[in-house]
Amino acid sequence: MSGNNVHENTPEEDTQRDKYLVFSLGSQDYGIEIQYVTEIIGIQPIAGIPDLPEYIKGIINLRGTMIPVMDVRVRFRMEPQPYHDRTCVIVINIMDEVLGLIVESVSEVLTILPGDTVPAPDITAGGGFVTRIGKTLQGVKLLLDCGRLLRDAELEISGGSRQPNE
Amino acid sequence: MPGAFPEDSLLELFIFETMQSLQQLEDSVLAGEQQDSLHPEDINLIFRIMHTIKGSAAVMGYVNISALAHVMEDLFFYLRDRPEAAYDSSDLSDLMLQGIDFIKLETVKIRSGDPADGDAAALAEELSAYLQLLKIRTETSEETDRRQHTEVQPAKEVKTGSAEPGRYRALLRFEEACQMENIRAFAVIHQLDETISCTFTYHPDDIIENPDSADVIRRDGFIIMLETAASGDSVADFLRNAPYVCELEFDKLHTAGDDVIETAVQLSGMDAERLSLADTPQDHTDRKPAGPAVRDKKSREAASPPAQQTMINVHVSKMDKLMDLIGELVIAEAMVTQNPDLAAVHGPLDNFAKAARHLRKISGEMQDVVMSLRMVPISATFHKMGRIVRDMTRKLEKEASLVIVGEETEVDKHIIEHLSDPLMHIVRNALDHGIEPPEERLAAGKPRSGTVTLEARHSGGEVIVMIRDDGKGLHRDKIIRRAAENGLLSRDERELSDREVYRLIFHPGFSTKDSISEFSGRGVGMDVVVKDLEKVGGTATIDSVPGAGSTVTLRIPLTLAIIDGMNVGVGSARFTLPTNSIVRSFKPEQQDLLTDPEGNEWIMVRGSCYPVIRLHNLTAAAVSASPVEQGILIMVEDDGRSLCLLADELLGQQQVVVKALPDYILNSAGSRPFSGCTLLGDGSISLILDIIRLTSSMNAVSGQ
Repeated sequence: MSGNNVHENTPEEDTQRDKYLVFSLGSQDYGIEIQYVTEIIGIQPIAGIPDLPEYIKGIINLRGTMIPVMDVRVRFRMEPQPYHDRTCVIVINIMDEVLGLIVESVSEVLTILPGDTVPAPDITAGGGFVTRIGKTLQGVKLLLDCGRLLRDAELEISGGSRQPNE
Repeated sequence: MPGAFPEDSLLELFIFETMQSLQQLEDSVLAGEQQDSLHPEDINLIFRIMHTIKGSAAVMGYVNISALAHVMEDLFFYLRDRPEAAYDSSDLSDLMLQGIDFIKLETVKIRSGDPADGDAAALAEELSAYLQLLKIRTETSEETDRRQHTEVQPAKEVKTGSAEPGRYRALLRFEEACQMENIRAFAVIHQLDETISCTFTYHPDDIIENPDSADVIRRDGFIIMLETAASGDSVADFLRNAPYVCELEFDKLHTAGDDVIETAVQLSGMDAERLSLADTPQDHTDRKPAGPAVRDKKSREAASPPAQQTMINVHVSKMDKLMDLIGELVIAEAMVTQNPDLAAVHGPLDNFAKAARHLRKISGEMQDVVMSLRMVPISATFHKMGRIVRDMTRKLEKEASLVIVGEETEVDKHIIEHLSDPLMHIVRNALDHGIEPPEERLAAGKPRSGTVTLEARHSGGEVIVMIRDDGKGLHRDKIIRRAAENGLLSRDERELSDREVYRLIFHPGFSTKDSISEFSGRGVGMDVVVKDLEKVGGTATIDSVPGAGSTVTLRIPLTLAIIDGMNVGVGSARFTLPTNSIVRSFKPEQQDLLTDPEGNEWIMVRGSCYPVIRLHNLTAAAVSASPVEQGILIMVEDDGRSLCLLADELLGQQQVVVKALPDYILNSAGSRPFSGCTLLGDGSISLILDIIRLTSSMNAVSGQ
């Protein structure tokens, strides 16, 4: 059984390699590695929870499991925009941590080969979310490091919770 | 689903079984030590368990475990054959417990995926040396025995009989139409010999050889005289349930010199000897006619306890999945039966209502069944404490025994897992700080040996676990002094009630013990208890009478999965309050409301003053506060502390399935006032308020 899995996994990983889900915030397109994406759902009623970083909007019900949702606009320190029926939630799973990303719209899945990307000029300036920049026929896509999106968020959350004690 | 854990299932089964066997083993060893000798049944049990562990460990390739188990098995093989062996039960227990610990440690390693690389060679050697020693000792004592031939019997009796063996007389009558009474009687004897360790004689004694004995049995009944350490009831039960038995007279004989016994022994003088030979199997098969032999086997199957065959081990993850599904079902059901579209239907909904009721009944029952699946008796957790009491009393040179009450009380498995650590800490504390050394106890006019009582019982939707010791109790002044040193006192000490003072010992970093012992005194312990309990929604209180001991009372909810909740609405947000914490709800009047200079709100209700929390402040979008008179106040109480919550409206009571908040949220400050969340009938999310945390945080505020 485990032997079969190996054979099944390899092609699957191959098909996922260098593929990016492209979504847009304002006029800019971003890409996240497709291997982290579980599904894309429409925006749902969000239950707010107080005392969270403002970019964590609360939790939504994903078929019985509660997942936190992050407004990526707010995360990138952009002006928040009201949600409408094209607003999407990209459900990502990074190391068993499930998170919903609220984005304005999802456009397509693109293959961007490593040769077509350049490192982001200074990764510390913008919060370090954008690690590489992909050049495609349809324009420039900022490629996000999903792990950092989550890890940094966690750092800030725990930092926020630590403050009252100090 | 069946293939969900394919590669691990064997390993998991091994770990599960081994852990279970080890617990059983530990219990038997400890019981044996307490009675100062091992019961023959226990020896048998230990032997069997070691044999099983040896076998399965060898199959799984854990050579070190299997090697050690082999030596332990050898030891008990010898003890089983030679119950007269003069062993010192305390030495034996020490060795056995060391062995058990080793295997346990290795099993834990295996479970966490580490290589089982422990080396038990030294221990194995020690065990076999002990066995050698036993053999030598026993043989020499046998020599002396042989010389004083006549005294051998009673001398042996003293050594082997662990509990006082009871003598019983049983008169069996078989069903009238059963025929071949002698064969039936033989079947009974045969089973008795296999099931209960006892020595016995019976009358008539020639049931196999003499077909006429059937007539004797039919006329006079079949008499068994037996001597066993097993309880009389269990023997009587066994005999009563034996096949074809329709009548049983069962008497306990008090003195060995009873007339009946003497006649019985006379009657079957030769028989006793034959019976002792009858242990060898060929003895039975040779003489048994083919037909009855088959029936004999059948009846043995029937007589074996059915409980073992009807048990089935299920992986917890499957149970959790089932639980989740039932939760979804309950929500889905509410979505259907309370569907807003129904309001648009014109005309009566009688049939729909009827069907909905039926559905609710079934889903309710399913919920109950699934809940009961998760319930396990607390006994295993309690018995683990036996080991702690033993180890600690030895090291601390104190004497104490463990008394267990209500071990059959059932608690959700998930909760039991969280109960073990707190219990351990409390028992350790009781032994270390509570129970005095024997001399001190005697001086105080108490029995030399202390008692730690573990008691569990149900009370409403909660389980109450009490850990009582009859030690020296808590010292109020000492606690206050230590608390003052650590800056834990927020109020004048004279204002504090005893309970409040005792509660201080649950504070992190609090320890009154001056010398740090191996077991407790580092100041970690009691605060861990509270933290662990909070995880499962439990609380701890402590009562104490100086000089007479202290009692720690743990209150734990029966289950975490489903609670009775009251849904309230605040703006567009929904909250759920556990119904059992609600005292009452009422419309507030503006004139009852007070505001202190810091802006904290209070309300006067029937002459008492309660803090008010506006739930609006707990919503993310900070709903603008409406005038108080338009809202509704819900008074909640936990552990004597009350407060009022202001909401916009009550939405109704409902059984809700508790869902965990995502870890992501749990790690943040925002999750503080919430214990979880749930889905309402319309699919919206409601946050479940953690009343315990709310009330205790209010107390901290008011205490300052």
